Formats: sequence, C-alpha cells, structure tokens
Amino acid sequence: MQISMEEIEEVLRSYPREQRYSLAIMQDLQHRFNHIPREGMEALAEYLSCPLSVLYSMATFYKALSLKPKGKHIIKLCDGTACHIRGAGSLIGGITRLLGIQAGETTEDGLFSLELVNCLGSCALAPVMVVDGTYYGKMTMEKLPAVLNSYREEAKAQ
Amino acid sequence: MRTIRVCCGTGCLANGSAKVAAEFERLIAAQDADAKVECTVKRTGCNGFCENGPLVTIIPDQISYYHVKEGDVAEILEKTIANGEPVERLLYKNDKGERVRSQADNPFYVPQMKIALRNIGKITPDNVDDYLATGGYEGLKKALTMTPDEIITELEKSGLRGRGGAGFPTGRKWRTAAGYNVFPKYVACNGDEGDPGAFMDRSVLEGDPHSVLEGMAICALAIGAEEGFLYIRDEYNLAVQNVKAAIAAAEARGIIGDNILGSGKRLKLSVVRGGGAFVCGESTALMASIEGRVGEPRAKYIRSVQRGLWNQPTVLNNVETLANVPYIITHGGDHYASVGTQGSKGTKVFALVGKVKRTGLVEVPMGTTLRHLIFDIGGGIQGNRAFKAVQTGGPSGGCIPASLLDLPVDFDTLTSYGAMMGSGGMIVMDDRSCMVEVARYYIKFLSEESCGKCTPCREGLRHMLKILTDICEGRGRMEDLDTLESLGEMLKDSSLCALGKSAPNPVLTTLKYFRDEYEAHILEHRCPAGVCTKLTSFEIDADACKGCSACKRACPADAISGEVKKPHHIDPAKCIVCGSCREACKFGAIITKGRDAE
Repeated sequence: MQISMEEIEEVLRSYPREQRYSLAIMQDLQHRFNHIPREGMEALAEYLSCPLSVLYSMATFYKALSLKPKGKHIIKLCDGTACHIRGAGSLIGGITRLLGIQAGETTEDGLFSLELVNCLGSCALAPVMVVDGTYYGKMTMEKLPAVLNSYREEAKAQ
Repeated sequence: MRTIRVCCGTGCLANGSAKVAAEFERLIAAQDADAKVECTVKRTGCNGFCENGPLVTIIPDQISYYHVKEGDVAEILEKTIANGEPVERLLYKNDKGERVRSQADNPFYVPQMKIALRNIGKITPDNVDDYLATGGYEGLKKALTMTPDEIITELEKSGLRGRGGAGFPTGRKWRTAAGYNVFPKYVACNGDEGDPGAFMDRSVLEGDPHSVLEGMAICALAIGAEEGFLYIRDEYNLAVQNVKAAIAAAEARGIIGDNILGSGKRLKLSVVRGGGAFVCGESTALMASIEGRVGEPRAKYIRSVQRGLWNQPTVLNNVETLANVPYIITHGGDHYASVGTQGSKGTKVFALVGKVKRTGLVEVPMGTTLRHLIFDIGGGIQGNRAFKAVQTGGPSGGCIPASLLDLPVDFDTLTSYGAMMGSGGMIVMDDRSCMVEVARYYIKFLSEESCGKCTPCREGLRHMLKILTDICEGRGRMEDLDTLESLGEMLKDSSLCALGKSAPNPVLTTLKYFRDEYEAHILEHRCPAGVCTKLTSFEIDADACKGCSACKRACPADAISGEVKKPHHIDPAKCIVCGSCREACKFGAIITKGRDAE
C-alpha cells in the first residue's frame, strides 16, 4: 500500500494538538492504512510534541492498533465464553487448517488476517465470526470453507 | 395507521434484518397511492431475543414475528397489514408447541420487567422525537427544577447500585463528587463492556442512547460538571455510531450543549473509542485511556471521584446504571426501590447465553432465582441435556452448580458463595462443558488481558495458566490443586486492581464445586465432558449407531467411515477430537472415553 505523507497529515490535522486525542488519531491511522506506518508514528510524535516511545507503548498496548500491515480481509473469530463453549475452539483449528495461519497472523498472499477477539456482544448467535464487519452467526466447521472461499473468489474476480 | 418495527440490533442485522426493512419499504412504496392501509417502517434497537432474529413487530396489533426473511415480507403485508391476520408460521412456538401472537404471551418476555430496557425495540435509536414521545428527557426537565441535593437524595432513596459489577451505591458516589469544591468536574460513562458473555450495555447504547445521555446530563447537574465522556468499546461499531448521532441530535435541539433546555447550564458530551483492552473497563485505567495514555490502573489511595480525569473530581457510571437514572428522577426513588431485594433495588439486565434454549437479554427484578432465569425464561438446557453449571459475572465471577440454583440473584448473595452477579453475564453450561477447561479459559483470557503493571497479577496468572494447561493436557498432579488455591489467595490479597483481585474466582469456585472433574483429569486421565482433546477419545457404539452418516458429514478430518445404514467407525489416527460428530449424532451413539497417557 502506498503511504503518502499528505494522507497522514490529513488525519492528524483533523484533531487538535492534544495528548488526549492520541488514541483516536492512531485509530484513524490504523483504519486508513490497515496498520500504523512508521511515518505516521513519527509524524504524530512531532504533531503532539510527545516522545515517540510514549506512542509506541500505546500502539503495542491496545489491541485495536497494529504496527504491522494486516491482511485485506480481517477475520475476527469470537472466543468469548459463550462462543467458546459452543465450539469456537474447533473453529480456530479449522481456520488454521484452511488458511495455514495462527491467530494474529496474516496469510502469505496478504488476503486474510486472523484475530481472536474476546466477545463481540453477539452471544445469542454463538459461535460468531466477523469478516470486515459482516457477521456470520452460528458458525460451524461445515459452513467455514464456503465463507472463506467467497472472499477468495471475490479477490480472484478483481 | 400501522407501524412495522423491524429490529436492527447487531444480532438481527447479522441475520439480515436490514434487507427485511428495506423490502418492507420497497413494497410499501410500490403499493398504489390509494391503498387502503397506511403504515410506516421503524428500525429499532435490540429486542433481546437475538437468536430468533430478525424480529418484526406489528403495532398496534402487537403481533411479533421471528426469523423473518425478505421472502416473507409480501405475505406479512398482505395478511397482517391489510387484514390484521397473523402469519401463523412466523409466530413464536412456546414450550407446548402452540404459536403465540404477541410478546405478552411469549414465555421469554412474560416474566420480564423492563426499566433499563424500557424503550429498546420500540423506538428508532437516533430519533429524538421518538424518545421524547416515550417521556424522554422528562427526568432532565424535572431535575432542572430540583437542587443538586434533591436530585442526589432521590438517587439515594432509589437504592440504585452500580450495574457494572461492583455495586457501589450511585447516590453516594454522586454525593461525594458534589461535595468537592474543585472545578472543572467530569461525568463519564463506562461503555467498555469487556466481560465475555455480556451485551446489555451494547444493547442500551445501540437501542436507546438518549436514555444514557439523559442520565449523564442529570448527573452533571447534580455534581456540577460541564463536560462528559462516553468510553465505548472499539468492537461496538453500531453503538458508537448511534451514540454520536444521538449527541448531535440532542445538541441540535438544545437539550444538551451550551444551554441545557434553556436553563443556562452547559454540558458538552463526546465519545471516546476504546482501544481493545479489557483492563480499560477498570475505572482508573479507563480514565488513563481517555486522557490518551496507556490504559494501566493506578493504586486507589485517592478515589477517582476525588481525583479522576486530569486529576479532577469525576463520576464514572456504567451504561445500564445511567439508563436507570431518568426513570428514577421521573418516577421517584421510592417507586424504584419498591422493586428488588433488601440490599439490591430495582431490576437487572442479564445476558442469558450458552447452552440454554432461549438465549438473549432479559431484565428481571433483583432477587430472581437462577432456576427461574434458566428454566422458565431460558426454557431449560438445549437438547434437554443435563444442567451442569452457570457461570456468572464474567472472568471475575464463578461457576455455580445445580445445588445452588435456587439462590436469588442480587449483589450480595452470589458473592457469599464465591461467585458474583457482576455485570450480568450468565453463561449456562451443560454436561459437555468441562469445568477445568472453563477455568483454564478464563485464566488464559485474564493473563492475556493483564496489563502487567503489578507482579501478582502478571506472574500469578501466568503460573496458574501453566498449571491448568498441564491438567487439561494430562500432565497434572494432585499437589497442583493446592498450589492453585494458594496462588489464588495470593492474587486476591495482593493485586493492584479488581482484575487481578477477582481473577482467581473461576478457578476457586470450580475447585470448590467441581473438584471431582479436576481429579478425573489428574488421576483417571480422562475429561468427563469430552472437551480436553488430549484426554478424550471418541468411539461409535455399534449397537446405537443407525448408520445415518450425519457424523461422517460433520467430521472435518475425514476420520469417519462406514456405509449407510451400517455402523460407522472412527479412525483414531485421523480423529482431531473436535466433537463435531457428537454434536451431529441424534442417537447418542458417540461414546466419550479417556485416553492413555502418551
């Protein structure tokens, strides 16, 4: 992905120069670039006049933030308690077998990232998987390949 | 004039309710202009019965439909909207198999008493007029005619306690904050609903955001704050969206903002998105996060009500707590206190989930028994299997066995049994849930979420996790159980914040009530529930197997072979012990066995 300084500046300038907006700015950067690029971190440190180390500690503390680029499609598999006891554990294994990645990793082709999340608040539909904001409730091992393939096909078609 | 309410909470949206609402609008618009019936479509918040979504309710007929698909829309318009007749097949089937027309006859809704959830499912969340029509902002209007002391006295009379889990009396918190003559002061809403298995705050923020804003505005008047923050979980997209829209709408109407309802008082509210850290649900960590720092808790020699955000007096209340406030001010503290038990007044919203037949959000008076919640409202255990335990209070809570099902649920009773009501997550487990694995699950969760600031929590949890993993994988020893207990006590005594202090609860309660399961793992090398893969093997009972091949189709590892109508066989070398076959088998032919030590 091309990262332009103009785009980074645009995100920064939409907030006042105050520390309290650091998390929000980093979330916006994350959203825009699928991760927080190094250039973004450095520009933010300068913008807020705050040490890079402080921002680095935040970027590594909050799960919503990532310093490494993520895949095109982000699979969030819920492993909250309700999903866990309704079989999320075997779904994790299923995704690992189908995509060859563990939780927190990205496929080599950059198509999928797998994230385990601790409850999406949709426990009544457990087990739940969310791909880029689309909810798949009551997931089963049987349904899994078809869902993942639909994203693969879509990528091929493009 | 009929209204069609289409539930558009996260659960129903996941089941396709946006398409259903759009289809209603399309077909209604396509009708002749002189069609005899006028009607409007309303997209509402969560009705709580998410598993059966999308939900559609027709007003004033009070007919509720479940599992509605786009294809059903034309029939609903034709029968119900035009002629007032129900579409039988979309009605809910009660325990006797009879179709019920309205929520008033639905066993899931009948025992409920809605205060915090009073408007949800009835109004369009970001529409101020809808909220005003239900008596919204009446509490704020009334509060403007009262002194801060009168507002707080009303809260104290109501007996309202914090719904986030700790149960601190809300009135007392407000009175303390009001007593400090230090400005500015802040009001904050804790919407960082992190407990897995709880989603009442999501539902309130999504479905009735104005009630939370009104609660915050009343609090601001009582303590003298002019700025407020709503800290909402990053995962709750729709909630963030609806709350932001509600703030903008309320400001545009002059309800909050620079001149609250023309009173000359100010309140500026803004939304802060959480960063995805469980510990940020803890008050001081949450405040650090709002200030734009790493969300680590601090020692509370000085409470945040005295020195909170930017070291100024701050009242932090939970979403559900705030949603109760306007009701209390409008109807009076005594009225609210007439519901509930001696020490816990009012109602509580529970998220009834797990292996229960009817899952969803339920609001009942405090003091309702676990049995009533699980077996009457929840309809019992899925597949009529045996109840084993109910886990309450999230990772900080405990597992309660069948022998204690008649306990009333309130702030104090469960705590005396080592569990807690907590934020209201209620996860029901059956005989196929392994209690050792559940304890391991929670400790793993908490060790990952521990911020690492204090040693007992960081190192203690890591060590407990290692021991529990050993037990689940067949390397456990009996003396490990004593070590777990002493580590648990150490964490309780010496952790910095409530995350660490309550972290051992799932282990200590399972050790107390389900010790036999730990012993089976260690001494007999088997997992009684058939969950721990290294201690479980599955076999097919040739006499019980009908040869239907359901297990073979369900097996993701191609480990099952056999011809149709003949007993099947599992190849232990290929089997990954996922349990899919056992879930698929309708004849109970899959036998769970232990496994020899490797």
